[in-house]
Amino acid sequence: MDINYTPEELAFRDEVRSFLDNKLPKDIASKVKNGQHLGKDDTVRWQKILNEQGWMAMHWPVEHGGTGWSPIQKHIFEEECAEYGAPTVLPFGVNMVAPVIIKFGTEEQKQTYLPKILNSDVWWCQGYSEPGAGSDLAGLKTKAVREGDHYIVNGQKTWTTLGQHADWIFCLVRTDPNAKKQEGISFLLIDMETPGITVRPLITLDGEHEVNEVFFDDVKVPVENLVGEENKGWTCAKYLLTFERTGIAGVGQSKAALKHLKTVARQVQQNGKPLIEDPLFRNRLADVEMELMALEMTNLRTVAAAQAGGVPGAESSFLKIMGTELRQEITDLFRRAAGPYAQPFLPESFEADYDGESVGPDFANTVSAKYFNMRKLSIFGGSNEIQKNIIAKMILGL
Amino acid sequence: MDFKLNDEQRMLEETVGRLVRDGYPFDAREKARTSELGYSTQMWQQFAELGLLGVPFAEDFGGFNGGGPELMVVAEGFGRGLVLEPYLATVVLSGTLIDALGNDAQKESLISAIVGGELRLALAAYEPEGRYDHTHVATQAEKQGDSYVISGRKAVVLHGDSADKLVVIARTGGETRGREGLSAFVVDADASGVSRRGYETIDGLRAAEIHFDNASGELLGEEGGAADALEASLALGIVALCAEAAGAMEVACDQTLAYIKERQQFGVAIGKFQALQHRMVEMRMELEKARSMTILAACSLDAAPQVRAKRLAAAKAIIGKSGRKVAEEAIQLHGGMGMMEETAVSHYAKRIVMIDHQLGDLGYHMQMLESLLDVDEDAA
Ligand SMILES: Cc1cc2nc3c(=O)[nH]c(=O)nc-3n(C[C@H](O)[C@H](O)[C@H](O)COP(=O)(O)OP(=O)(O)OC[C@H]3O[C@@H](n4cnc5c(N)ncnc54)[C@H](O)[C@@H]3O)c2cc1C
Repeated sequence: MDINYTPEELAFRDEVRSFLDNKLPKDIASKVKNGQHLGKDDTVRWQKILNEQGWMAMHWPVEHGGTGWSPIQKHIFEEECAEYGAPTVLPFGVNMVAPVIIKFGTEEQKQTYLPKILNSDVWWCQGYSEPGAGSDLAGLKTKAVREGDHYIVNGQKTWTTLGQHADWIFCLVRTDPNAKKQEGISFLLIDMETPGITVRPLITLDGEHEVNEVFFDDVKVPVENLVGEENKGWTCAKYLLTFERTGIAGVGQSKAALKHLKTVARQVQQNGKPLIEDPLFRNRLADVEMELMALEMTNLRTVAAAQAGGVPGAESSFLKIMGTELRQEITDLFRRAAGPYAQPFLPESFEADYDGESVGPDFANTVSAKYFNMRKLSIFGGSNEIQKNIIAKMILGL
Repeated sequence: MDFKLNDEQRMLEETVGRLVRDGYPFDAREKARTSELGYSTQMWQQFAELGLLGVPFAEDFGGFNGGGPELMVVAEGFGRGLVLEPYLATVVLSGTLIDALGNDAQKESLISAIVGGELRLALAAYEPEGRYDHTHVATQAEKQGDSYVISGRKAVVLHGDSADKLVVIARTGGETRGREGLSAFVVDADASGVSRRGYETIDGLRAAEIHFDNASGELLGEEGGAADALEASLALGIVALCAEAAGAMEVACDQTLAYIKERQQFGVAIGKFQALQHRMVEMRMELEKARSMTILAACSLDAAPQVRAKRLAAAKAIIGKSGRKVAEEAIQLHGGMGMMEETAVSHYAKRIVMIDHQLGDLGYHMQMLESLLDVDEDAA
């Protein structure tokens, strides 16, 4: 047993660091570190840089342009990216729809979609959830009826993250209303420009426009946009979910956030002393620190177990719960560190070009909005309750 | 021992209850919240007509002569409706301080105007470097002729943006951190030397950073002798915040319960899942604790000073702790809907969590409690 990186892994880490030192645009990293808004342009600019380096597609097979990295290398890469303030890669194209196309798609589909995903020429969004189908995804109702060489799609998707920027959406649709729930579902790729699609913004409790409703009204989708077999979409969906949960532990993000939190707690004064010397606050920092160590080791163990290939199975549900709870806890401590200055809400200060004065200390501008926004972590990607159900069933056999 | 409200208190509860039910539907609140002022002056006039602005004041001023329990009843009702108007700032924090310290003439003019709905106030006590410590006062006041000039900065002054007058705590003696040498002043919000930067808070209220640069102020009470009265007003403020939190937590629990009974997934109401039932039960336990501690706080205002301090610290700390749990669970059990601005419960969650950032948070009050651990409860 040896918990240290091998010399090769250390060399890889150096390579990642030097890449980030040289290629990560400073303006983008500064936005990430200060919790400011990233525009579509920022994300696309960074992803194109990654692609030039050949590092865009961690989870793809090498023959399609994947990195061929081991799970440990992926872990190193993610951790270093978070440490440097690189934006998280938008998962919908490269880490969600692409693996499905690679596994179930036709040769033609691979050639049509994969290169544009690699180069971030096309912005994808995920059309799974519906008003009536959240945790119970298989209860979805959006239907696609085959007419000649088209499907006619009618229905509604919701909570569609960044759908306002999207060029394409991948959807689960019902193609056989008479089959059992999971068996009548198909996986369709839909061009957002198609007539009959309406995107309506949903505003979250922190005032952000991050999610949307997407309505389909007699939308004509060519049959060649079907991935896999008709009525076998649930297989694609399940396969995709395993990818959705990779990197879900967010160890890198938590590490970077905790480091920032400590810096802040050294600066903030309370009773004439730095907040970090307050026994209660320090105790909670220590608590987060040890939880983070436990998470990191658990993550590495899980990752190493998957070294043989593929992606972690039900174990990733542990990581999702532990990781998201920890990230949420850190946002709670940030808002506490801000004290009374957690209250002011100046959304304009979330923009990088904001040149006004902060109300309180700079770090405090976004703490409460972040705290509330991060409530989403335990809701999406399979809620933490659903993860527990999965563990109970798949691991404990209950 | 008797936990029942008396007839007058019950009437007060009904009055506030009706007002909130009829006058405070979610969309009306949203309209007021997003208006320039951030609340409704019409509503404020209604408070005046119903006598709510006089609750803690003497009958001579048109008041109700109420104490902790009466304020509790009002604030709990306000919490249920997420009331936006500057009641805490004007009546509870500033008004009671004027009432405690002011001379007859000051009280006659200022308290009567508060009760009549003609005067809105804000308490400018806390400072940028002082966090939740009300004795951290660097703002200085100096006597010039028969008035004082004040210089300094005040932080996150609740409703300081729209107040007509400010009650300012400034130092006429002593060190930056300490109870000695604190004085209270009334300052016109538009006076020269006062500059205000108003802003929204994340829970939909308004506040301001206020700069005093040789602003002229009128002394309340004796020079250097404001600490006791300030602490009594802050204690009332804590009672009001605890009660507001309890009211808001009640609604958050009710809405969540209704939601899990109605929301169907996997062919059943999600409230059928035992995992969620237990979570809902835990929320209700937190609510019960919050209610209990609110009553304890409201009925301890006249206790011996150390006992009062201990109970108030415990109450506000429990509110901070239980409030966080209820707020987070209310969102979680609503799933994606809980994250939406158009879902009322998200606004309740925000207010409940932000109450922890007013008049001392969980950490501040736990520290207070630690320092008072040996205080004998029987000394009450
Ligand atoms: C910010 C955000 C972004 C999102 N982005 C996308 C996106 O891009 N694309 C997309 O398709 N979807 C997206 N989602 C949707 C997300 O996947 C769903 O919100 C999630 O699946 C939960 O569904 P729901 O909101 O309908 O809640 P519900 O399923 O109604 O759940 C409500 C509560 O009940 C609990 N619950 C449900 N069933 C059970 C059970 N059997 N046992 C115990 N507890 C249970 C849940 O855990 C939750 O606490 C997003 C959501 C959010 C909040």
